[in-house]
Amino acid sequence: MERKIYLDHNATTPVHPEVLEAMLPFYQEGFGNASSIHSFGREAKVALEESREKVARFLNADPLEIYFTSGGTESDNLAVKGVAWANKKKGNHIITSQIEHHAVLESCKFLEKEGYEITYLPVDRYGLVDHDELKKSIKKETVLVSIMHANNEMGIIQPIAELAGLAKEKGVYFHTDAVQSTGKMKIDVNELNVDMLSLSAHKFYGPKGVGALYIRRGVRLTPLAHGGHHEKSRRAGTENVPGIVGLAKALEIVHSDMQKEERRLKSLTETFFKKVTERIPDVFLNGHPVLRIPNTLNLSFKGVEGESIILNLDLKGIGVASGSACTSGTLEPSHVLSAMGVPGDLAQSSLRFSFGRSNSIDDVDYVVQLLPEIISKLRAMSPIYQK
Amino acid sequence: MAYSAKVMEHFQNPRNVGEIENPDGVGEIGNPVCGDIMKLYIRVKDDRVVDAKFKTFGCGAAIATSSMITELVKNKTLEEAEKISRQSVAEALDGLPANKMHCSNLAADALHKAIEDYKNRKKKNE
Repeated sequence: MERKIYLDHNATTPVHPEVLEAMLPFYQEGFGNASSIHSFGREAKVALEESREKVARFLNADPLEIYFTSGGTESDNLAVKGVAWANKKKGNHIITSQIEHHAVLESCKFLEKEGYEITYLPVDRYGLVDHDELKKSIKKETVLVSIMHANNEMGIIQPIAELAGLAKEKGVYFHTDAVQSTGKMKIDVNELNVDMLSLSAHKFYGPKGVGALYIRRGVRLTPLAHGGHHEKSRRAGTENVPGIVGLAKALEIVHSDMQKEERRLKSLTETFFKKVTERIPDVFLNGHPVLRIPNTLNLSFKGVEGESIILNLDLKGIGVASGSACTSGTLEPSHVLSAMGVPGDLAQSSLRFSFGRSNSIDDVDYVVQLLPEIISKLRAMSPIYQK
Repeated sequence: MAYSAKVMEHFQNPRNVGEIENPDGVGEIGNPVCGDIMKLYIRVKDDRVVDAKFKTFGCGAAIATSSMITELVKNKTLEEAEKISRQSVAEALDGLPANKMHCSNLAADALHKAIEDYKNRKKKNE
């Protein structure tokens, strides 16, 4: 059988078998609507509230501050648009960064069309938002700062606690998109000092289509969808009980051995980087050398376009991602690499390797063994690569 | 991403990769938005393209179209070669994904540039 190696865990992860097992009863025997008052409904309601308590515990929040959604995109939309709409009287200015996920960036662009003013903070060459730039940008009309915790493409971790402190001093709400960090490192909403935090189950071995938004008590926010009184009237719609149960179970699993897994992944990515750079010349690391989630490695292979590497690896059963124009879906290279000032040809040459629970040192060796030949074949074809 | 079997075949086994020494014409073309770059070299004898080689920095479609055009153009008269269009390259590859038709289908443009280059060189020598 052909060997398959999945190195794209930042895109999504497989559902953990114990997560699936926890979810299944709620599709059939425990199918009740959590809003119903009979026993069927009560059973679902109990599962829903137990899940909420679990999530709250892992985030060091109060269960009343956890709102379940359909995933990271909805959580980001609810935080950004919700706060903007509810606080119109105070002001119409929002601050975000140039390297956010599209769920935040496009929400901001949408608000711009509604007349809001958005500041897109620049980042340095490592991808970090500058503390002083944020400080300078906050003004009396500012209602929200939204800066992501770990970047999905580079893995860079922003100093959220410090940035959020600046917003707090000025009485401005702070949201962080923690979709990529949740499950990979400890998340404590009080240590991070944030008012809102987005997460998504399928990034940490839970099901797709379910996420959560932490909303600190007292934050004023307008819902996106109107309907029933679900989620304290902030997110109408019958709760996805099996999904929510799965989200909570997945969070429980990743927390059970988080430090061990963090160390293991860090060692895998470090070994991979060392071996790749030993065997292939002109490979560059994108993002911060240290302030990174443990599983992510973004590398540029000079002179070779990303999609052509992906296709070659795919032919060998290896799944990775790229920030090249062909794969970004926008016909332009990654906005994150551009914001970091990475030259266009190197942005085109970027590959993202994101490791996860299924990967072992054997996978590292296998990929490292195949990669040099693929790169040299493509470089021989490249008009811009000179040894 | 769904590439045709033919695109994948050319991508995996590209024909005529490389440069021609002292070529009769060179066409270089780049897509300023996505960043693909293609360089096509031709050898011309008696108004006929007798050899073609390419170097390409680009995605699967960019490499496959480059490879395909070197096959399409060989032994064609200049007049015939000038008629090879983006569409004919795509058709010869059993089609390209819609989003690749414009961005990565530069080979015909590079060929037309190489022929133009050949004609300019010829004029200068006359």
